[in-house]
Amino acid sequence: MQIRPVIAALKKHRLATVLIAMEIALACAVLCNAASMIASRMSAMHIVSGVDESSLGFIALQGFDPKQANDVNARVLSGLGAITGVESVHVINSVPFGMQAGNAGITLDPDSKHFGGVVEFYVGGPGTPEALGLKLVAGRLPATDDYQPIANFLPADSGVLVTRTLAEHLWPGENPLGKEFWLGKKIHFRVIGVVAHFAIQQYNEEGRRGAQWTVFAPGLPGEQLAGGYLIRAKPADLDRVMTAAKAAIAKIAPDVVLDREDSQTVTYLRAKFFQTDRAMAGLLIGVIVALLGVTAFGIVGLASFWVAQRRKQIGIRRALGATRTDILRYFQTENFLIVTFGIVVGVVLAIGINLALMKFFEVPRLPLWYLPVGVVALWLLGQLAVLVPALRAAAVPPVVATRSV
Amino acid sequence: MNMFAYYLDLAIRSLKRNRLLTVLMVLAIAIGIGASMTTLTVMHLLSGDPLPGKSAQLFYAQVNGNPTPDYKHAEPPDMMDYRSAMDLWEAHRADRQTLVTVPKALKVRTPDSTRPPLMEQTLFATSDFFPMFDVPFEYGNAWTASDDANRARIVVISSDLNNKLFGGKDSVGKTLHVRDANLRIVGVLKDWRPSPVFYDVRGGRFANGDTASYYDKTEALFVPFNTGLDINHGNFWWFNCWHVPKPGESMVSAPCNWLGLWVELDSPAKVASYRAFLDHYAQQQHTLGRVRYTETRLRSLMDWLRFNQFVPSDVKLQTWLAFAFLAICLFNTVGLLLAKFLRRAGEIGVRRALGASRRAVFAQCLTEAGVIGLLGGIGGWLLTLFGLWVVRQQPAPYAPMVHLDVSMFVVTFVLAIAVSLVAGALPALRASRIAPALQLKTL
Repeated sequence: MQIRPVIAALKKHRLATVLIAMEIALACAVLCNAASMIASRMSAMHIVSGVDESSLGFIALQGFDPKQANDVNARVLSGLGAITGVESVHVINSVPFGMQAGNAGITLDPDSKHFGGVVEFYVGGPGTPEALGLKLVAGRLPATDDYQPIANFLPADSGVLVTRTLAEHLWPGENPLGKEFWLGKKIHFRVIGVVAHFAIQQYNEEGRRGAQWTVFAPGLPGEQLAGGYLIRAKPADLDRVMTAAKAAIAKIAPDVVLDREDSQTVTYLRAKFFQTDRAMAGLLIGVIVALLGVTAFGIVGLASFWVAQRRKQIGIRRALGATRTDILRYFQTENFLIVTFGIVVGVVLAIGINLALMKFFEVPRLPLWYLPVGVVALWLLGQLAVLVPALRAAAVPPVVATRSV
Repeated sequence: MNMFAYYLDLAIRSLKRNRLLTVLMVLAIAIGIGASMTTLTVMHLLSGDPLPGKSAQLFYAQVNGNPTPDYKHAEPPDMMDYRSAMDLWEAHRADRQTLVTVPKALKVRTPDSTRPPLMEQTLFATSDFFPMFDVPFEYGNAWTASDDANRARIVVISSDLNNKLFGGKDSVGKTLHVRDANLRIVGVLKDWRPSPVFYDVRGGRFANGDTASYYDKTEALFVPFNTGLDINHGNFWWFNCWHVPKPGESMVSAPCNWLGLWVELDSPAKVASYRAFLDHYAQQQHTLGRVRYTETRLRSLMDWLRFNQFVPSDVKLQTWLAFAFLAICLFNTVGLLLAKFLRRAGEIGVRRALGASRRAVFAQCLTEAGVIGLLGGIGGWLLTLFGLWVVRQQPAPYAPMVHLDVSMFVVTFVLAIAVSLVAGALPALRASRIAPALQLKTL
């Protein structure tokens, strides 16, 4: 197949060629960036929570006085524990993807000079890390006497668990065990154990990078640790147990208000947490489909026009000995050239758009391997779209050449 | 005008002649318009002025009451401590002023009902809140400045709560049991849904673009600020604290920022003098040694919303995406129209030879493009309605408010026809340049 005659013909249709190439360039740029955004949303959605999600549920109670806290805790622990299928009930401030219960900026010195970042605090009663199913990778879990009364939202001086990600952020390359950090001047923490993963409750100002910046502080239930309950049950029992638990609250503690929105299984809370990401990913996929469709329509339309316009020339070529395959190849080559031209511009545009998006939105850098994938996808799309008109062109009989118009 | 009717007739004939190409063009415009109008309508809803005509006179005041070194003090915090906010409010230097703060959800019951108690969001504010923000009342009235001063046990409730508790009937004079206190209802609001709930907007620069919660419903209860302090001891949210407050500590003395101050200023001169007043106050407090930093801010309502990047970044991203998509559709249409017009080169040649001017050929082609735009607009309108229906199924708090109003309906068609005319201009120009002689030769 000779390319030169194809290029010569395209030069005659410079405007149309440029237009369709620009459409492909834009499509390429949007396609690559949309795909990258989908991937980044998907990867955020696959965060490892570090807890046994399918076995865990959370009950949130509101509307009681601190003075009633001990009474409420005692009644709820025994009342919910009595439900058949419940393996354990623990007092905890919140669960992964649950209600925001405590994030704060920590410092690595008591004088607040070295800021460590905003981290999520979980506070739970004895046995909570085991019930959550946290995976210890270094150090130890809190022992009975590590659980201390809570002075001020948190225990005043406690041995805590941190995630590997947080340890690596605070003390890169060092052994985190025994390291200390502070909240203000008065609240002091010492790391006694490191867990593999423990996702935060809700995103805070650190955004996605802080999704695993988590601290577990062992605390004793009381005035300042009440109203949040972690229920553990076999995954098959969990939904039934949660329904029973919510119904039981009215009898166990008739005076409190059940927070229905937050009293859910962790699986449900996770799905809800990522609802907007899922919606956005769905929308982006829809845009990609529509975009490829419109681009294909454009190619079909223009190629059909060119085929109709060149019927006579095609007939002459056929009469002079060109085969059907030659004609088919001609239109395929022509499409390949136009698409290639568009893609070259499109790749540059894709990188440019990505840089702009990174500046204004929380969008990750476009992984470079997306570009060849996008390029191949558009080549295929172009070839597929041109196939029908090209076959029609190949079907033009040589006799057309002999007819005067 | 006659010629226009003739061109219209020609356009329709031409469109009928090549149905596939016509359908492709109309479809491309319809999809492009549908996508961009859907996102534009959401954008229009979310980025609009919540108080048109009034917002330019409303300002949000900020001083920094923090006495300790702050590792990032470039901006004063988004809320104020009790002392600073109270000093500024009590000075009454603005035409109107109101404190605002949102405590943790409060337990609400009606004394004479057996229904289980509810946890409801509450706003503590001062009497100017209602006239300042043009809050509409269904029954009763706002409270007065003397109610503020007397710490009156009264409450204004939202229409939502009134529907829930009293079936929408006039509940003025009835009593609500809120936390441990009895509050008498003095007013019931009409359905009031400012978008966003501007007076609660804060902390946007820490939200990483996730600001959808600004478009939630308003609070269910509105309670005089001092009354709120009395009935809700220690049960507050704070914006930030420079020390961890003691549990149950009175927020009056807590080392925390938890109060917003909105002021109404009717003239530029008053704005300037209020700015000077804020600066003077900060300087004076600094001299007294109570505060460390002296920077102040007085942003107008819209500036304050913009500072908080109030439109969710996902929505902005979607809008950009939709317009990139529209651009692709536009290129597509230009290409197809070009093909269509040039295919009729012979016909155009004859017209030109018979005396039609270039302008006439141009007008004829553009009319055809306009007809495609109109058809695309109808398709786009239907797709927009479908797109908005999809948006309404989303979990976002603003989703139920999304609908196509008259202005956006008009914009749909204007945009569709504008797009098709822009798309048609270049091909029409090309067509009008066709040399008649050359075409006639080939006939």
